[in-house]
Amino acid sequence: MVFVIDDVLNGLVGGLLIGTAAALYLLLDGRITGISGILGDAFFGSRHRFAENLAFLVGLVAVPAAYAAPMGLPSIGISSNIPLVVDGGVLVGFGTRLGNGCTSGHGVCGLSRFSKRSVVATGLFMVAAVVTVFVMRLVGIG
Amino acid sequence: MRALISLCVGGLFGLGLIVSDMVDPARVRAFLDVTGGAWDPTLGFVMAGALAVMIVAWRIAAGRERPFYAERFPPMPEAGVDHRLVTGAVCFGIGWGLIGFCPGPALAALTLGGLEVSIFVAAMLVGMLLHTAARRRTG
Repeated sequence: MVFVIDDVLNGLVGGLLIGTAAALYLLLDGRITGISGILGDAFFGSRHRFAENLAFLVGLVAVPAAYAAPMGLPSIGISSNIPLVVDGGVLVGFGTRLGNGCTSGHGVCGLSRFSKRSVVATGLFMVAAVVTVFVMRLVGIG
Repeated sequence: MRALISLCVGGLFGLGLIVSDMVDPARVRAFLDVTGGAWDPTLGFVMAGALAVMIVAWRIAAGRERPFYAERFPPMPEAGVDHRLVTGAVCFGIGWGLIGFCPGPALAALTLGGLEVSIFVAAMLVGMLLHTAARRRTG
């Protein structure tokens, strides 16, 4: 285990910011902060709330860019295996729409209200992800 | 007004993702890699922080008639645990494990990483489109 105190503190502070964002959206606008839902609805959903979804996505993309400008680019350790990147992206896009949520919608918003669907979904995608990483290590891909 | 709230909430969410370094798929995979010997607990702290705030937020919501700028709070989902939920969550988990990106961090990293990040986001949209097309066909 690698326990770097700065990393876990940044993680906790970042988590509090993410939770505050989701809390504000719920209490101000009555909305669930689910990124896969917001992204999917903006591109493939009804025109209902299109402007809001687009505004959310602009904030989500632009603020990290603005933050990185003075702070320096963080390391983005993504696989350079393009077929793997494509497979991963398609599975994430398809799976989050079919299962009605991702780490934010089910993991943060659903789990915190003890929704049975979200508890089951979060348990399943965590286990599936851990098993996937384990199998990749076993067969030597990544 | 509601577009402005969305912009600010999206921005705050993105700030949380970059501050916590969840924009780095290698760090996320280091959390998921429980047998690798270099387990990174950061994602657990991110979830703990976010859940702590949201548990309080749901309590506040329960004590209110309605949100400040909307008619009603989102109801509990009516559907139970079904095949779609299970299959969807497992597909998502496999994709998440393969690369280390879920939708939020992938979008937050869009301007920070190289071509691979853009390819991932494009593939994610294709996956979403496939779902939309499949649902239209099956009803």
